[in-house]
Amino acid sequence: MATLSLHGVRKSFNNTAVLHGIDLEVADGELVVIVGASGCGKSTLLRIVAGLETPSDGQVVINGRDVTGLEPADRDIAMVFQNYALYPHMSVFGNMAYGLKIRGLPRAEIDRRVRDAAGILGIEPLLDRKPKQLSGGQRQRVAMGRAIVREPALFLFDEPLSNLDAKLRVQMRAEIRRLQRRLGVTSLFVTHDQVEAMTLGDRLVVMNAGRPAQVAPPMEIFARPADTYVAGFIGSPSMNFIPAALDQGNASARLADGTLVPFPEGHRPGSAGQPITLGVRPEHLLPGEGEGEGAIPLAVELIEPLGSETVVHGRAPGGLAITARLPGTFSGSVLPVRLPGAHLHVFDAETGRRLDP
Amino acid sequence: MDGSLATPAPVRDDALLRATRRRRLASRLLAHAALLLGVAIVAFPIWMTLVGSTHDAGTIGRGDVPLLPGSHAAENYATAWNEGGGRTRTTPASVMLWNSLLMAVLIAVGKITISILSAYAVVFFRFPGRMIAFWAIFITLMLPVEVRIIPTFQVIVDLNLGNSWTGLVVPLIASATATLLFRQFFLTIPDEFVEAAKMDGAGPLRFLRDVVLPLSLTNIAALFVILFIYGWNQYLWPLLIINDRSMETIVVGLSKMIGRGDSQNDWNTIMATAVLALLPPVLVVALMQRWFVRGLTETEK
Ligand SMILES: Nc1ncnc2c1ncn2[C@@H]1O[C@H](COP(=O)(O)OP(=O)(O)OP(=O)(O)O)[C@@H](O)[C@H]1O
Ligand SMILES: [Mg+2]
Repeated sequence: MATLSLHGVRKSFNNTAVLHGIDLEVADGELVVIVGASGCGKSTLLRIVAGLETPSDGQVVINGRDVTGLEPADRDIAMVFQNYALYPHMSVFGNMAYGLKIRGLPRAEIDRRVRDAAGILGIEPLLDRKPKQLSGGQRQRVAMGRAIVREPALFLFDEPLSNLDAKLRVQMRAEIRRLQRRLGVTSLFVTHDQVEAMTLGDRLVVMNAGRPAQVAPPMEIFARPADTYVAGFIGSPSMNFIPAALDQGNASARLADGTLVPFPEGHRPGSAGQPITLGVRPEHLLPGEGEGEGAIPLAVELIEPLGSETVVHGRAPGGLAITARLPGTFSGSVLPVRLPGAHLHVFDAETGRRLDP
Repeated sequence: MDGSLATPAPVRDDALLRATRRRRLASRLLAHAALLLGVAIVAFPIWMTLVGSTHDAGTIGRGDVPLLPGSHAAENYATAWNEGGGRTRTTPASVMLWNSLLMAVLIAVGKITISILSAYAVVFFRFPGRMIAFWAIFITLMLPVEVRIIPTFQVIVDLNLGNSWTGLVVPLIASATATLLFRQFFLTIPDEFVEAAKMDGAGPLRFLRDVVLPLSLTNIAALFVILFIYGWNQYLWPLLIINDRSMETIVVGLSKMIGRGDSQNDWNTIMATAVLALLPPVLVVALMQRWFVRGLTETEK
């Protein structure tokens, strides 16, 4: 039973600001995923929560208690490292028991907790092995076990799946989710993989250069990205961005070639003629039949058949790269596409912020 | 490719393959010949010593150089072990062996302990003057023992530590080389272990005992062998600081057995003592060989 709050957490390394004031509330039992491009400060944030790094400013509060000045071991947290950090000279049992031994728990209690955790993770037969004698997936489980036996208030994961192969990653992802639900432990999970983020998180924090660009549940982030960074980061293939301007009393967008695209949801705030960016996900582009009014003829550059659908990379007449995702198969050298009325995302061209009716 | 199955090409025994095989054989023979020659050169003096220790005093005294073992082994070794050799009847080898063993072990253990502690401090702690401390240790590498032997002698004598184990061992214990080696090894221990230990609540001494030392075991063993031999072979310092016959080490004692000028030497006893002096280092290397080689060639994870 624990909540986590971050208040204005900042961090600079040698005068280079890496985190610019992070505020976050994590509810009891919630799994929040921190996702973002490499180098945006995800690990730094997690390490500040863990106590392995001191923030330059701000507070870390666990369960209403300010833990900013506490040692990692006194924060009642457990962390799963990217490379697992299993002590190579200790057995699996030894690795899992080490923290409990230091805490001075009675031997019988340590034994019970380790065996319980091993049971949950299905690693009982491995307890006497050394980490070297384990496969990647098994090591991953031991690292999880080491966290579970502590019965902590908070789980921290720093890209724990990135060393696994694709198939195992999917499997472990589901396993982590199930386990987290079952134990009900509040968790922070860092990843740069957007699929992992979407499938795991109750809520996502999309980080951009040390700032949270958006904090929301996965589907909301997908449906209503707060800015062009989030829009481009979440979703695969990435969203298409088309430069345009507000027109017709801010009720339509006018593309470079003069085509008018009306907004069915209503007019957007802004001055007349203000430059905007239209965002369209590849799967929302409508494949046009023939050279109808308003269709953009894409010169096809690359076709990626995925089986049940096809991703087509093409270029609009103005030279803009556009990606479309079509059901079924496709072949040909020109693909006319139409912008859909719904599913249009409108962003301020200057700030990149989302413009809502 | 049309997807049809290709017929496997027939395998021929071609000339290039045969030539390569012949060349490999020739180079292996050459390598073995060179190695055998090297072994012979190194082993010959040791053979001479061994043989010399099995003849009576007269044989070698006459100037003969026997190449085959004689029949006086038992008495020569008994003399060396119980009474010592040379005309002056120096300290018995048994006593000197014990002294050397004690000195070598104390030096090796002391050097390893001190260098592990200082390398641990330099690698895992951030404190003011850390790099100064490191460079100070490093610079002492530039000063060989002989350069600082007079002032060290002065200090030890002023402290009244002449003829004592403390005076013999302590000045030899500081070790820049071992500190550097351990520093290099500690730097390869991933940061994640340090962090995992912090999360586990292990303090610095626990981390040293539970993680760093077990991971360093092969390095410690390798270094122990090297430092034991270094300690065993100490000559100049024990010669200066020890006057008490009962504390004499075997390397020093051996050199004192050989008389100057035209005095007659008991070469048979001297050779027997030399063989005895050889045994402990050989034993240490043989016993720790497995660890020794691993520590020098591979780093654990
Ligand atoms: N100890 C440090 N000293 C100086 N700069 C650091 C330090 N640790 C991290 N940084 C810098 O802080 C920034 C954020 O690093 P961080 O490790 O948090 O990124 P990340 O989002 O976890 O990236 P990745 O996905 O690659 O792991 C980077 O630009 C990095 O160079
Ligand atoms: Mg990281």
